[in-house]
Amino acid sequence: MYQIIKKVRLNPTVTMMEIHAPYVAVKAEPGQFIILRVNEEGERIPLTIAGYDRINGTVRIIFQIVGATTLLLNEKNEGEYIQDFAGPLGVPTRTEGLKKVCITGGGVGCAIALPIAQKLSAQGCEVTSIIGFRSRDLLILEDEFRRASKRLYVMTDDGSYGQKGNVCMPLNEMLSAGECFDEIITIGPLIMMKFVTEAVRPMNIPCTASMNPIMIDGTGMCGGCRLSLNQNGQKITKFACVDGPDFNAYEIDFDEAISRNAMYKEFERHAYEANCNLLKKGKM
Amino acid sequence: MADINKSKVKNPMPSQDPEVRAHNFMEVTLGYDENTALDEARRCLNCKNSPCVKGCPVNVSIPEFIEKIKEHDFEGAYQVISRSSSLPAVCGRVCPQESQCECECVRGKKGESVAIGRLERFVADWHNQHQKNALQKTASNGHRVAIVGSGPSGLTCAGDLAKKGYQVSVFEALHTAGGVLVYGIPEFRLPKAIVQKEVDNLLQMGVSIETNMIIGKTLTVDELFENGYEAVFIGSGAGLPNFMEISGESLKGVYSANEFLTRSNLMKAYKEDPVTPIMKGGRVAVVGGGNVAMDAARTALRLGAEAVYIVYRRSMEELPARHEEVEHAKEEGIQFHLLNNPVEILGNEQGFVTGIRCIRMELGEPDEKGRRRPVPIEGSEFLLDVDTVVISIGTSPNPLIKSTTEGLEVNRHGGFIVEENTGATTKEGVFAGGDAVTGAATVISAMGAGKTAAKAIDEYLKRKNL
Repeated sequence: MYQIIKKVRLNPTVTMMEIHAPYVAVKAEPGQFIILRVNEEGERIPLTIAGYDRINGTVRIIFQIVGATTLLLNEKNEGEYIQDFAGPLGVPTRTEGLKKVCITGGGVGCAIALPIAQKLSAQGCEVTSIIGFRSRDLLILEDEFRRASKRLYVMTDDGSYGQKGNVCMPLNEMLSAGECFDEIITIGPLIMMKFVTEAVRPMNIPCTASMNPIMIDGTGMCGGCRLSLNQNGQKITKFACVDGPDFNAYEIDFDEAISRNAMYKEFERHAYEANCNLLKKGKM
Repeated sequence: MADINKSKVKNPMPSQDPEVRAHNFMEVTLGYDENTALDEARRCLNCKNSPCVKGCPVNVSIPEFIEKIKEHDFEGAYQVISRSSSLPAVCGRVCPQESQCECECVRGKKGESVAIGRLERFVADWHNQHQKNALQKTASNGHRVAIVGSGPSGLTCAGDLAKKGYQVSVFEALHTAGGVLVYGIPEFRLPKAIVQKEVDNLLQMGVSIETNMIIGKTLTVDELFENGYEAVFIGSGAGLPNFMEISGESLKGVYSANEFLTRSNLMKAYKEDPVTPIMKGGRVAVVGGGNVAMDAARTALRLGAEAVYIVYRRSMEELPARHEEVEHAKEEGIQFHLLNNPVEILGNEQGFVTGIRCIRMELGEPDEKGRRRPVPIEGSEFLLDVDTVVISIGTSPNPLIKSTTEGLEVNRHGGFIVEENTGATTKEGVFAGGDAVTGAATVISAMGAGKTAAKAIDEYLKRKNL
């Protein structure tokens, strides 16, 4: 069992938790993920690591309440326990030798982008961060990003905060002004990552996307998290859990990934609604 | 001494009716009762040279335990099996006896062999029902051994070392101990309560089991040594599922057998209102002919499929699954499309599977393993309408441990290189066994490897600590 040391509601649908998991905290690196189960009958879900405290042995997760399991997780309070918390899994984001990087984060993906920005900044890299949200009330981690970035652009779809528009806008402006980066790192909704990839493709700047497919074991055993890469015209199957979750964005078949992520959409909607109803009735 | 039973056939195994069991997840076979076991035991000739023992990967003293059954000493029979096998209730259910002990049985020359597997299961189940004494903890010798993986090889190795007084910790990546016995083999073939009983026995013997510990990630093999373990056994299992690399494998509704079975078994997607989803109902094609393919097909049927097809590129003769599973599958209505090979999986606009295109095959020249190689018959393609495809064509080794452990060599298939008689790897103090060494094989051979390694680890540590 793993204790919830801290819980903070970042906005109406996004929660931050710090979980006591010393083994994971000691090893965790930006870009890696964990698998958790809320209770003994629960499903296994992957969540990317949003931070860690090696001394106190805690790992930070930030999640959006999108399904039945995240809804249940959000019901847990400080001091309570979750059943399982395994990791760190996946390959850490590659940061060596990078001097100038642009990070584009979307929505709750910003939570995962932040430790990468912090790590890059700490190693002396010039970080430009572009973070995008639907609206002002969904904004998270602005101050943290500001501290870790030389430049920060905050975008909202409806213009209720920062600039109106998506993360590609400032990126395109910078690129067309002739600005160059060692690498673009993009983390967020698949559709956003696809657009970012297409925006930078003509410049041929190295571009990395962090994938978050459906997973079960997270150790390479089930193959549910597979995605297709196009390498020199050849289709290659990779497992996000052991080969990723970071991949060369230019090679990713985003349309396939978008389709696969919707595999259990109906099931998930029903499960979410069922849990909502139970919570309303106070049965959970 | 009891008279010899001259019947040419085995006592049949009582089973659930095929039409009933095709719709539930309860165990298919019900086991012999005492009288049937006694009657079957009397078929054993107690041959002096015991050919059956040589056919057993762990050399259980088969005639000796059967003699005990004849004497009504069922606990004594269990003790005989226990000397060689750590998991009799498991092996009695999942061993491919027809290609091991039973294929050597003299009675098999004129009729059917003695039903050794069914007798083993009877003895193990009798023991589990009647023996309530807590297991004795062996006094600790103060030396610590780490076991990576809690599947059949790891559990066996842990048990044998605990009996010798070692302080054993088992590290399991998943949230439940048991490995393939829990995530892979379905309830209807191996009830999870039986696996849990074996795990509980180890706990009683003082073995600790640490779940959610992914060796190679959470801790490395070298860190296990730094943390005071003096030897490490790696029984991490087979690893990454293979796909066919044909068009359409990324469609929604295409599963690896590992994923399909894990969703149903470990995550309990077969339950009424599951928390973990699985695609069920409709028509299901399972590609492959091993035990895992049979398990997937029969699971799909029980999940409510209208029709389930096994698509296998060779003929029934080459089909590698355990004979009894094939018979059970047929009885339950699984349809076998033999000498057929998939060439493409088709889907609709929403990306869901709609069918699988196959080509008929014929058997050509034998390959290096002596199995006749299937050759496609040109122009024989046909379409099978299905909603789900389960790919069950084996696995490739998991890279997590190899990539984080210096000095641990693997062969060209990615399996750990070990000395056959000891399980010793190329890294000092590290031993390995089971599918992580051989690639996908049987529970009993993994168990055998766990036993071999336990003996070798004991000898290694005694030598080292002289």
